[in-house]
Amino acid sequence: MSVTSSTSSGANQRRTDLLPSREQRMKLRRKRAIKDGISRYGIGAAGIGVVAALALIFVYLFSEVVPMFKSATMEPEFSYPLPAVSVGDDLVHLAMERYEELGAVFTLSGQVSFFEVDGGALRRVMTIPRPEGAATTASGIGEGRSGLVAYGYDNGQASLVRHTYSNSFPTGTQRVIEPNLEFPLGESPLTIDEQGRALSVINAQKRGDDVYIGAATEDGEVLLATFRSRTNMMTGETTLDKNVYTLEGFDGKPQHILLNDRFRHLYVADDKGYIHHYNIINLNRIELVESIQVTDNGRVTAMDFLVGTVSVITGTSDGQVAQWFPVRDDFNQYSLKRIRDFQGYAGAITDISPENFRKGFWVADDTGMVGGHYATAANNLVRRQLSDLPINQISISPRYERMLSVDQSGEMQVTEIWNRHPETSFSSLWQKVWYEGRSSPDYVWQSSSGSDEFEPKMSFVPLSIGTLKAAFYAMLFAMPLAIMGAIYTAYFMTPKLRGLVKPSIEIMEALPTVILGFLAGLWLAPFVEGHLPAVFSILILMPLSMLGFGLAWSQVPQSWRNAIPTGWEAVLLVPVIILVGYICVTLSPNVEVWFFDGSMRQWFTDQGITYDQRNALIVGVAMGFAVIPTIFSIAEDAVFNVPRHLTQGSLALGATSWQTMVGVVLPTASPGIFSGVMMGFGRAIGETMIVLMATGNSPITNFNIFEGMRTLSANIAVELPETAVGSTHFRTLFLAALVLFVLTFVLNTIAEVVRQRLRKRYSSL
Amino acid sequence: MKNWIKSGSPWIWLNGGAVAICMIMVVGLIGLIAVRGLAHFWPADIVEFTVTNERGEEQIVMGEAVRSQIIPAAVAEDSGVILPEDFAEDGIITRHLIKQGNRDFGRDFAWYPDVTMSEWRTPQNAIMLERREWGDFFGFPVEMRVDDEVFRDEEVWPALQASVERTGVLFDDLRRIERFEVGRINQQIEGLRLEQRRLALDDTISEAEMAEHVTRLEIERGILDAEYEVLRLEMEELRAASRRDTLVARMANGQEVTMSVSTIVRATQPNTMGMFAKLGEYVYRFWHFLTGEPREANTEGGIFPAIFGTVTMVLIMSIIVSPFGVLAAIYLREYAKQGPLLKIIRVSVYNLAGVPSIVFGVFGLGFFVYIVGGSLDELFYPEALPSPTFGRPGLIWASLTLALLTLPVVIVSTEEGLARIPSTVRQGSLALGATKSETLWKVVVPLATPAMMTGVILAIARAAGEVAPLMLVGVVKLAPTLPIDGTFPFVHLERSIMHLGFHIFDVGFQSPNVEAARPLVYATALTLVVLIVALNMTAISVRNRLRERYRSESD
Repeated sequence: MSVTSSTSSGANQRRTDLLPSREQRMKLRRKRAIKDGISRYGIGAAGIGVVAALALIFVYLFSEVVPMFKSATMEPEFSYPLPAVSVGDDLVHLAMERYEELGAVFTLSGQVSFFEVDGGALRRVMTIPRPEGAATTASGIGEGRSGLVAYGYDNGQASLVRHTYSNSFPTGTQRVIEPNLEFPLGESPLTIDEQGRALSVINAQKRGDDVYIGAATEDGEVLLATFRSRTNMMTGETTLDKNVYTLEGFDGKPQHILLNDRFRHLYVADDKGYIHHYNIINLNRIELVESIQVTDNGRVTAMDFLVGTVSVITGTSDGQVAQWFPVRDDFNQYSLKRIRDFQGYAGAITDISPENFRKGFWVADDTGMVGGHYATAANNLVRRQLSDLPINQISISPRYERMLSVDQSGEMQVTEIWNRHPETSFSSLWQKVWYEGRSSPDYVWQSSSGSDEFEPKMSFVPLSIGTLKAAFYAMLFAMPLAIMGAIYTAYFMTPKLRGLVKPSIEIMEALPTVILGFLAGLWLAPFVEGHLPAVFSILILMPLSMLGFGLAWSQVPQSWRNAIPTGWEAVLLVPVIILVGYICVTLSPNVEVWFFDGSMRQWFTDQGITYDQRNALIVGVAMGFAVIPTIFSIAEDAVFNVPRHLTQGSLALGATSWQTMVGVVLPTASPGIFSGVMMGFGRAIGETMIVLMATGNSPITNFNIFEGMRTLSANIAVELPETAVGSTHFRTLFLAALVLFVLTFVLNTIAEVVRQRLRKRYSSL
Repeated sequence: MKNWIKSGSPWIWLNGGAVAICMIMVVGLIGLIAVRGLAHFWPADIVEFTVTNERGEEQIVMGEAVRSQIIPAAVAEDSGVILPEDFAEDGIITRHLIKQGNRDFGRDFAWYPDVTMSEWRTPQNAIMLERREWGDFFGFPVEMRVDDEVFRDEEVWPALQASVERTGVLFDDLRRIERFEVGRINQQIEGLRLEQRRLALDDTISEAEMAEHVTRLEIERGILDAEYEVLRLEMEELRAASRRDTLVARMANGQEVTMSVSTIVRATQPNTMGMFAKLGEYVYRFWHFLTGEPREANTEGGIFPAIFGTVTMVLIMSIIVSPFGVLAAIYLREYAKQGPLLKIIRVSVYNLAGVPSIVFGVFGLGFFVYIVGGSLDELFYPEALPSPTFGRPGLIWASLTLALLTLPVVIVSTEEGLARIPSTVRQGSLALGATKSETLWKVVVPLATPAMMTGVILAIARAAGEVAPLMLVGVVKLAPTLPIDGTFPFVHLERSIMHLGFHIFDVGFQSPNVEAARPLVYATALTLVVLIVALNMTAISVRNRLRERYRSESD
């Protein structure tokens, strides 16, 4: 050692010449350190960035869902004295236009004042012409969107007006709203009561060319006047056909009249707390269907339709708020049913203002409290004391962001409202809801329709049941095949064959699900429908034939058996399986002829079993196919990695290989198999394309194997591209995605944790 | 027997059967797709036979036999077929699905029960015309009119062939002008409109300047209009030229039909073809399927835009996912502090691979398309609003969404590769004085490259087959333009694309004529399966070789 050092001192000298100088080395070292730093921080930033991006998925989905569960708010903006109502005149109706800029005040004398909501400056004052010498004795409003207001006079006549708004952009960007009044039936008053009695209650409804006016005279008679305007094609003249019908009377004085806009039902509330329900479909045979008591110690003080004029909201003098709608019974007769009650108020209900395009409404009472409710979800959204005096009138804008209210002193309050997503609540998502037009409460998913009056039915129950149903049948098909296959491959199969099977299973995993779905929908579904007996016979005969062949094989002379060593059973079975399958399919038509009168599908129908072509059986097979490799790979891994000394010990003690499998291998590997099943279940829950293509996608709530389903994921794929961004429906679909995300994440985490535990156990064994 | 049961052998057989069933299913499925998909291109013989219909009338049917079924007679009668009194007494009949074509004159697919049929004939002069509209035509040529010249009998067929070839060339010219030149002019005019709007939105421009710009734009527009006029005349001429020839053909029922040759894509006489001619035709059709444009709501023609769209999207995705996936894996394995937090992160990242793809689609639509794309539009394309540029589903969002979806695949695979590298290699490098980054980039990463490759290939395979998220973020049924073309900036990231997987879904499930679309769906599925199986095979072999290598190195 020392020798070499002494002799190489000269060489060292030379090497220092060859080496870079001190400065250069310093420089190089600095450069390397900088590179090292860049690498460290660059990789760190990229790594953390990627993790953050993945975390963003959850955060973002969550942030889209949160607003849905934010409760509504009411924020008083300002208040001022009600504009343009002279002393002695009474406010009868309050309204706001679409842009929440203009409000309208209708008074008893027939004066209509349009004012600016911000500040209350008058924009336009108009007067409804009324018969000379007559006094207004009644007023009523039609369906919210129509803008109809009816006035009844003491001479038995009535007027009908509509308030309308037109927009123009005179300077290009600044919107100017021009309010106006229209007279759908002409300006001259219409005679409702030929006897000239004063009208005490009035209401009107217009649909197409038909106008119906319901009115009650001061002595308690209820009249229904129908108008149809007809325009002569040649002359352009408009003529008005009028008919007046007198309705069956009742004990009590009419207080409110409501007319359904399809002219089917007419409801009259009296002063004794009853609603009288008339069927007016056949005008020549108008019948009083029923009289229902709304409250036993009070009377109906406010009553209005929700949008669509199906549901009636009643408010009573004792502060109850309830929803009613006609329900059809088995004999096709409608009767009004009390559907749900909302949180009550301390004072008598004074006014109800329904929202224009959804099933929400606002209620005011005589203690100055105003509250918002949503019918479908039975949601009591928000309430707030707006005045110390009773509130007389309220009006929610067509955009639901502002509300006008007027108290007894004539002071008007403008309230800002945030109420974007009242449609969903826990109960509307997960419990039975009684929807309009249905005969009983039910779980329904039907998110949209062409009509504005549509009541969105967003229950997650049919979708969740559908998801579980699809996953259940898929697991039913996949689990036995995958687990048994994995056990065989890992423990009994020869390594040579194993080297062939494993990649095949990986290919199976990689097959795009769109291909599986398309084969299931276009090939398997019609095939199964046409060969139903084959499906059932395969199910029964396949295992039996395998066992039969196994038994037969054990009887074969030893010398033959030696030709094919153990571990090749699967290969021997391939021709058996193909043969059995072929025989079952070929004989299927004969079986149908022999046992099922020629058609098994028809036989199902005769037995009362619904059979859809694309059903859960098809999904089960197709999705099972997609799930098998997931379960297979993990389970196979777990079984294969069971330490050899355990199995060898068992075998050495004289156990057969199957006894070793059941007694030693399976107990050790069962957590791994369990984790495979979890993973497979997670995959089955989230699978989209197969369900989309192999089922009819009808959201039904049952577990019938011969009917289809709609799953959460397929529902998202179908509906998300067509929904409005930011709407409740949009957010509900995001909620569905979040539910899927969390569910599969939890399932996979359980599987992963179990697997890691198992790995640790194997290494300690 | 008792011993046999006791030893557990039945169970072993059942387990073996499960494996066998799985294998049969995989092979059978791929075989089914392959057979059905490849059969689509085979020029089958045209058969002709007489059937007796329910009223006892005889009717001549001609077409291709698609498939046969054996069904109980009751099922056939349920579907409206009236069988003669003396059909097979075992209550089972055979029926054949015949592709009759001629969709403009009646049903193009119909089932006929065997018992009502006469012998099948294969008339030699029967022709099959592939048309631009209404699907295929089956019939007999009667005469060809070229200008005033009329060809009959033997002369018709060669004249028809020549004419079809000629109109094909004309049609291609027309398409080229429509697609590229007219397309370019339209794009420029749209550009001018947007420029004018951008100027109008700009407050800093004075009115005089504005007027100047407007006149300039007007002039440019005038030039483009003039250019367009020239093209229009040229196209007019081409159209007139392609209408020159007409064919009169007779259908099986005797009705004569006159059609312009310009409506015919290809004419064949399959019954006269020999084996080699058929093979040639097969190759021709296969090639045109891969390179052609779709026709008739995607149910006819080729799938080139879908292949192109899939490949482009997958390429962009892999460009995004490879560096980020690899860097994240290196970070997690080499730099991050190992501890319980990292364990949680790692498990979470792995678990994202199991999160349903549709969830990524929802995220992509909400976050990428509406939030990121919407903001980009407001910042850079205000003149095009309210019509969105980036704020709608498109190539870039599809690629990004899939990149996110496949990140875990790349990370898992790379980490596995990094973990397999023996620590002795690393320590050796460090002991020689290399810095951590030098060890990483010069020793560890090169060794782990095959693992990264595997990850990226698996990611590509997964992305190529994924459809559900794409339905939300960028794939459409029919894209008018390809995402890469000759106009600036050449790669149009905002365009929607067509995709093989979505094509299968769309054609198979949204088209009105499922029977006509079916063979095309099988062929498309075959293309996709071949692509994905090839990718996976590559990944598997790369990985296996890698494992072998390290096994020998570490032993």
